[in-house]
Amino acid sequence: MARTIVNVPARAGKGQVIEIKALVGHVMETGFRRTETGALIPRDIIRSFVCRYNGVEVFRADLHPAIAANPLIEFTTIATESGKLDFHWAGDNGFSADDSAPITIE
Amino acid sequence: MISRRQVLALACALAAGGARATPAAMQEAISKVTGGAPVAKGRVRLEIAPLIENGNSVVLSVSVDSPMTAAEHVKAIHVFAPENPLPNMVSVYLGPRSGRARMTTRVRVADSQTIVAIAQLSDGSFWSDSAAVVVTLAACTEEVK
Amino acid sequence: MRPRALVLPLLFLASGAGADIPLAERRSGYEEMSRETRAMQDDDATNPATLWVLDGASLWESKAGADGKACADCHGDAATRMKGAAARYPRVFEGRLVNLEQRINLCRTAQQKAPAFAYESRELLALSAYLGRQSRGLPIEAATGQDAKPFLESGRAAYYRRQGQLNLACAQCHDERHGGKLAGTPIPQGQATGYPIYRLEWQGLGSLQRRLRNCMIGVRAEPYAYGSPELVELELYLMWRARGMTLETPAVRP
Repeated sequence: MARTIVNVPARAGKGQVIEIKALVGHVMETGFRRTETGALIPRDIIRSFVCRYNGVEVFRADLHPAIAANPLIEFTTIATESGKLDFHWAGDNGFSADDSAPITIE
Repeated sequence: MISRRQVLALACALAAGGARATPAAMQEAISKVTGGAPVAKGRVRLEIAPLIENGNSVVLSVSVDSPMTAAEHVKAIHVFAPENPLPNMVSVYLGPRSGRARMTTRVRVADSQTIVAIAQLSDGSFWSDSAAVVVTLAACTEEVK
Repeated sequence: MRPRALVLPLLFLASGAGADIPLAERRSGYEEMSRETRAMQDDDATNPATLWVLDGASLWESKAGADGKACADCHGDAATRMKGAAARYPRVFEGRLVNLEQRINLCRTAQQKAPAFAYESRELLALSAYLGRQSRGLPIEAATGQDAKPFLESGRAAYYRRQGQLNLACAQCHDERHGGKLAGTPIPQGQATGYPIYRLEWQGLGSLQRRLRNCMIGVRAEPYAYGSPELVELELYLMWRARGMTLETPAVRP
């Protein structure tokens, strides 16, 4: 599986807006580049990213070839309850990556 | 992404393959999202450096002035590039659980252009912001592996 | 950005005294970068190079070779035992000048009895990024011993030698014209403080040798092969030139 890095505060106050950063290793080949001999390099990108908080979707993104390699997405969510945030990336050629982070509400 | 730097590469000219986006293609992509509804300027803030060091990876942030309550929130933010090979860059879907309407990512900018961000609100209205960027080429080009 | 005044052409002395930018005036390429790119480097959570550093950490613990030995089995915890190591390369090892990548491969073949990693392979970049990261924040140390002297002189001569169809020497841009612009891009001093770097132009991590080869292609010269003595000697000279500066590995650069 591709390397992923997610940054979620381990603890937060109830109702606090927390910042999340999610990074995944992926070449995000646009499908517009050519090799030295002129052959087109086929598209190979991540198409979607989803964050679920205790199973409920709280953020989703549709990615296009314009997203830079090794995509980083930063977003916010409200710390509602203790539990787990799950992150899922999916894309071309059956690409799939997952990560998760626990959160404790104090 | 097609970029002018590739045309200068030492190896054979890497000509732009396929269709190139035009402002018209971007308008069409925007219409797909808005369904033809009017888009007002305001409430949205698109942040991107005006002079870009390298078009391969450019930090881009969009934030929207919204209370993000169940009654009034941002449902989606869409970002478009009129001079990239494809007009759509990214779409993010938010909701009352987001807390704030803000997202940051890194995008590819193929050429100098005016990037457009459109926010879709829960009341069905659309708001936008735009930012003009200048892209310079790397001074020394290298071969593609 | 205000361009600096042109430095007068340098006197190239055979003894190699040469021109040397005083430590107080040495600037890392970090300082030429935009606020956003600096922020990318400063935060490990957003620095794409961290992906390679984490891979390097895994490789450090992975058993390899005929005897199934991991780097950690001999070297222990990298954060403590390898601190400072990367800041001292290239160095002379058993009579040969080696850079960090070559030293890693020497360990891999001689101690782990495993095949060497190819230059610029994901594994070799990951390990050099991981080891470099353990020295982040430390001053770069130059190889000052007598055994390094002939290699240093050779590297210095290469730095000042004109090459390629454009007939340019490294010194002409990076010693004489740093602070100016080339086609809209700021010319840095070219201090090798952050390698391996995540270069936006590559959209990936790469070594100093990759960057040097790109420069050579840029002046339309035939680039030296990866791992060639010419490149390692030039690396040595560049690290000597950056001695005393803070190691930033893994850096982000445009």
